[in-house]
Amino acid sequence: MTAATTSARVPVTPGRSPVLRALSRPELGSVIGAVVIAAFFATQTDQFATSAGIANVLDVTATLGIMAVAVALLMIGGEFDLSAGVLTASTGLVTALLVDQLGVNIWEGIAWSLLFALTVGFLNGILVTRTRLPSFIVTLGTFFALQGVNVGVTKQLTDTVQVGGVDDAQGYAAARAVFASAATIGDGEFRVAILWWIVVAVLATLLLVRTKFGNWIFASGGAPASARSVGVPVGRTKILLFMTTATAAWLVGTISVVRLTSVQANVGLGEEFNYIIAAVIGGCLLTGGVGSAIGASIGALIYGMTQQGIVFAQWDNDWFPLFLGGMLLAAVLINTVVVRRRAEDSPG
Amino acid sequence: MKPELHPIDDIQAALDGEGDNLPESDVPPHTPLLEVRGLGKRYGGVTALQGINATVNSGEVTCVLGDNGAGKSTLIKILSGVVSYDQGQYLVAGKRVKFSSPRQALDRGIATVFQDLAVVPLMSIWRNFFLGSEPTRGFWPFRRLDVEHAQDVTVAELARFGLDVQDPHQPVGTLSGGERQCVAIARAVYFGARVLILDEPTASLGVKQAGMVIRHVVQARERGLGVIFITHNPRHAYPVGDRFIMLNHGAMVANVTREDIDLNDLTQLMSGGADLDELAHEVQEHHRGPAGAWKPG
Repeated sequence: MTAATTSARVPVTPGRSPVLRALSRPELGSVIGAVVIAAFFATQTDQFATSAGIANVLDVTATLGIMAVAVALLMIGGEFDLSAGVLTASTGLVTALLVDQLGVNIWEGIAWSLLFALTVGFLNGILVTRTRLPSFIVTLGTFFALQGVNVGVTKQLTDTVQVGGVDDAQGYAAARAVFASAATIGDGEFRVAILWWIVVAVLATLLLVRTKFGNWIFASGGAPASARSVGVPVGRTKILLFMTTATAAWLVGTISVVRLTSVQANVGLGEEFNYIIAAVIGGCLLTGGVGSAIGASIGALIYGMTQQGIVFAQWDNDWFPLFLGGMLLAAVLINTVVVRRRAEDSPG
Repeated sequence: MKPELHPIDDIQAALDGEGDNLPESDVPPHTPLLEVRGLGKRYGGVTALQGINATVNSGEVTCVLGDNGAGKSTLIKILSGVVSYDQGQYLVAGKRVKFSSPRQALDRGIATVFQDLAVVPLMSIWRNFFLGSEPTRGFWPFRRLDVEHAQDVTVAELARFGLDVQDPHQPVGTLSGGERQCVAIARAVYFGARVLILDEPTASLGVKQAGMVIRHVVQARERGLGVIFITHNPRHAYPVGDRFIMLNHGAMVANVTREDIDLNDLTQLMSGGADLDELAHEVQEHHRGPAGAWKPG
């Protein structure tokens, strides 16, 4: 070591301090929002802060949360999936039709349903990466196609738009325990879906921040060309992310079909926007590269708390979409400002 | 041994006293690492590149100069594996290769730092440093990033290039342009690159930042890498270049060593010599003419 080299070592352009950076995390806005909303409904209504009230909120939140987390991973990877909502119905229908029409064991039906979901996810992914069309358009196509198949096939086979009789299937009791059981705590009935949601959120968080694949997700959405130039398989990463949202749709579809023992062919329509809204409220950037699974979960919680809170407060439920729209716009604005401050205020 | 550097403006100041603390490479200096013979590429009916002959040696900087559209980026894309060639030969360590992805080039020790594509701005310094080659520990399904190791290596490797990183979690987007290039260069060197291709690394930078990048070019050379330095600025190329390859309209118009040429000739050659003379002549003509000739209309 010579004096020259020592003196030549220069500190890099400083970033924001760790404290300031923590304050500019995109989840922060959603955490504050969640606390404010919880405090509001807890003080304004009698049911909200009770065991039953919490169980009610979490019931709505859990399935939305599972989807929001998967959609958040996909959005961080730079893509959208508009077919995810309809796919929750498709997967439920596959299971129900196999059980009802062919009399297979419910676990077999659930396995075929998973295979079906993975195929749809793979097709979405391969279409988006091969054609380089916006995923918004490609999955809109899948959305309509699935919607048509859901109703068309169901009508063909059952002459109605509903498939039932799932509870008569072999193995239903075990499936119910895994996907649709509930535990009573106080006077609230807590659904097992809540556990699934927590497991999905924790796994997704570990995947994002502690694995190689997580690193690739951020890079594929944040700067795909740069990622490709250092050897990240961007196309493969995105295909796997579409298969992840499809798998989440299968889980939610299965939870729903086992719990209700029947499926309507037209459920799930419009749900895809709720997943995206929850992910965005939780800090996901629409342009990719930024977001978190925890944020998406909090976004889902805000959705669930508000929807149930309005019921508890006995307000007119028609006002809920207005709140949702306002919340979405506010979240997008906050996210954009936060990210701009995080990365684009560099000198030179 | 340090080659003599020619004094050029501020860049010279930035070069002083650099490269002394870097270890020697396992490849002896001046060994051919990469060679192209009669290399060419056509896009549809358009010839983008033809008849390129060049050798890149270890411990040397090969500068590729040319104006916009001269074929520089096509050459780089072929060398780095982004596109394939359709004429001639491309040899790495004496063996013919035809890459179909940047990953294959990387595996053969050829790393490229693309202009503006060097890093992912929103990701942290350490995540960028290891992107695509992340260290992991544990067994599947518990295999996870070795975060501590990755952060330690990032800080240590950047320190060797003279950058003092306090917090490896800092997003790369908050670094200056020169520092970002440095992260990309240090990364390529750490992952065992034999050949480092730098695509216009100084193009959008100010004098001070450009000086910093050129200093890193020298450091990479001192570590025994063969550096290919693409630029359209002869003032950036001349202080560090051992060999200069000039492209014009997809063809190689010159391939000279530093001994054969000085900065003025290089600049002249670079800007298409004759054209520049003509321009200078025209400007003089205008000045000599009557003042009224300048009025529009």
